[in-house]
Amino acid sequence: MIRFVACIISVLLAVSSVAAGTTAPDEVKDLYFGEALYLAFQEEWFDAISRLDTELTLHHALDEPGLDSLYAHINQAEFAVGDFELAYRMHQRAGRAIQAVIEGNVPAEVRNEAVYRLAKMYFQKDQPRNALFAVERIEGKVPEAIRHDLSFLRAQILMANGRFEDAVKILRSMQGVESLAGFSTYNLGIALIRTGKEQEGRLFLDHTGQIDADHALTMAVKDKSNLVLGSKLMEEENYDAAKLILDRVRLEGPFSNRALLGSGWADASQERYERALVPWSLLAKREATDPSVQEGMLALPYAYGKLKVYSRAAVLYGRALAVFNAQVDKLDASIKCIREGHFLKALVREELKQDANWVVKLRQLPQTPETYYLLELMASHEFQESLKNYQDLEALRRRLSAWEDDLTAFEEIIATRRAYYAPLLPAIDQRFRQLDSQMRLRLEQRDHIAHRLNAMLTAPRPDYLATSRERVANETMIRIERQLEGRTDAEAGKIRERIRRLRGVLQWSIHTEYDHRFTEAHKHLRDLNAEVDLMQKQYAAFVRTRQAATQSYEGYDGPIRRLRHGIKESGDKVKALMARQGHQIEAMAVDELRRRRDRLSEFQIKARFAMADSYDRATTTQTGEDPGQ
Amino acid sequence: MNPKKKNPCKGATMRYGAILATLLIAALVMASPPAALAGSISREQLKGLDEQVQEIKSDVLAIAAELNQLEERLLFPSNTQIALFVSVPGGEKFRLDSVRIQLGGKPVAYHIYSFKELEALQKGGVQRIYTGNVRAGDHDLQVEAAGKSGGSDFTLKEIFTVTKNVGPKIVEISLTDDRIAVKDD
Repeated sequence: MIRFVACIISVLLAVSSVAAGTTAPDEVKDLYFGEALYLAFQEEWFDAISRLDTELTLHHALDEPGLDSLYAHINQAEFAVGDFELAYRMHQRAGRAIQAVIEGNVPAEVRNEAVYRLAKMYFQKDQPRNALFAVERIEGKVPEAIRHDLSFLRAQILMANGRFEDAVKILRSMQGVESLAGFSTYNLGIALIRTGKEQEGRLFLDHTGQIDADHALTMAVKDKSNLVLGSKLMEEENYDAAKLILDRVRLEGPFSNRALLGSGWADASQERYERALVPWSLLAKREATDPSVQEGMLALPYAYGKLKVYSRAAVLYGRALAVFNAQVDKLDASIKCIREGHFLKALVREELKQDANWVVKLRQLPQTPETYYLLELMASHEFQESLKNYQDLEALRRRLSAWEDDLTAFEEIIATRRAYYAPLLPAIDQRFRQLDSQMRLRLEQRDHIAHRLNAMLTAPRPDYLATSRERVANETMIRIERQLEGRTDAEAGKIRERIRRLRGVLQWSIHTEYDHRFTEAHKHLRDLNAEVDLMQKQYAAFVRTRQAATQSYEGYDGPIRRLRHGIKESGDKVKALMARQGHQIEAMAVDELRRRRDRLSEFQIKARFAMADSYDRATTTQTGEDPGQ
Repeated sequence: MNPKKKNPCKGATMRYGAILATLLIAALVMASPPAALAGSISREQLKGLDEQVQEIKSDVLAIAAELNQLEERLLFPSNTQIALFVSVPGGEKFRLDSVRIQLGGKPVAYHIYSFKELEALQKGGVQRIYTGNVRAGDHDLQVEAAGKSGGSDFTLKEIFTVTKNVGPKIVEISLTDDRIAVKDD
């Protein structure tokens, strides 16, 4: 039974959670976007949002975002980040993001699906007006996959806003939808009753109560419908019809205890106590923490008393009293346990998050006896929201704490790098400056040569291409000519003649080999260019390495200080919020346990008096006196 | 249920009315949430706290984004950064058990896949399996994948060469049950 209830709870939670609807594109061109999807598909919402946020920030900061790989997915990425935020229950931020998508230039189907999720989230957050505002913005084509869910949600939102007539219209049109079988008829029944069409509403509840179903949730709503209808008939003292309806409720369903109790009362109210014994006997043997079972424990001896079987009644009252005493002790222990913080500790245990049936697991843990009484509370939306918030805050707390350690590690890395590079860099920089100036000189020379060769294409200058030997020879001849200046002797004349011949030979070579030399000079320039390119690459590599060395330890102090401050500030806020959220959860649990304890205390008193009375009557019966006296 | 009759369990009988009311309210919960919670906590308090929780989530996400960028700049500067991603082409339904990667002859990643992770890959998600630093130039990338397909085990092993240039290097390793392919920028 408990397992079934837990199963129902987990199914209800699965149904109620706002699952992300983002799907991957056919081809993921931006792998970091793909990574965000990978994280989201595993419901790692924080990491998915963080990854995608980073990518979007980088993308929007680019001068030419059109060249970025994310550009191909930018619309989907903007939508997905809002979608993930919804799943992470950040409806304020997600609302803004999805609002942007809604107002953006997107196909009607995409927009309507976004609005649907936004409306669903508002509805689940108990903001029916916002939900209505959102859902009224849906127009145009709706994706087939959500068509029925959207209509059902619209009806629920209308009901939450008190517009039952409008809800009835929608729900009437949904009666053939198989996936919502039971839910649509049940809600139609309720909506009709709320519009004053009591009899027609009851017909739909009756129809829901007889639906043929094998799904756990549908069977649960079927039972619930029977319970509601049976309870209404009981209120009208139409006991036979009520019993008929209540007996439709499954014996192993989540509403079976209440149905058994009601079925017994339907008989007892008509003084058919023997028949009332059947459901109550069954009920009294069930889990003693259930309120219906506890009431059944009193109802059973009451029926025996009415049948004048006082001794049996006295024994059963005694048994009930013992159970109530034990339960009150358990509740006191549970309240104490909650106040000591064990409940909250148990709720954030990691192993519980891995299991869909975590409520069942929680019950099996030591130091969590309180959960025996908290199943219903735990299944409530308010508790679930509070619990999820608390668990999210705990996850944030752990994350922030880990980040503080990360920052410390980063600072150590930076200090190590600084200690290594800082002493080396001055000498490296000095040598680099020398090489840099040499390089610049050589580059100027190369440019000069290139310029001259270019000029020679239009104005040939063979003398520019004289070899060094020829230049030296020419210089030598000039020097000799200078030495001969002023001499008029025959020897000098011979030498001048030889110089003239030699100069002729030189000019001959320079002019006749000019084309070949010019070609060779271009070849050499090309070779030189290759060398210069290599040198410039090495230069750029050095500059990058040098820059990387500096950047590996400089420029981090500010960001790290700012991050540390942010982490500290957020950490403090998280702790304060955890304390408040934890207190709310504990208060909800303690309120519930107190309510149950107060009720049990009343039962204790009643059982005690009834037991004494039954013993008296039993004794009187044995001694032959009239117990009525 | 009959208040006219005196009985030792009268309190319990009276209680029944309350239970009926509770049942009715519980029934209406599906249609419309109750206006206020029972006990010491009000709905407004819950809502107010919920909004504050959303705000702190937003703050922490902003820190995470800044921290991501700082971490990348500090630990994986673009001139040495290499990131390896694993993807499974759409429609592939084989079971991937593990991936083992060596870069430049050194083991850099070994991952065993959970059902959830495999499902995320099959839906089109891409896993970043390794981020590290390498020098510019060519590097051997050895990828080994093990899994099950059509009821029988398979193991694949391929060696590729990836070239690291000045910018960050991104390599996508695409896995099927009979082939490993690498796509790099």
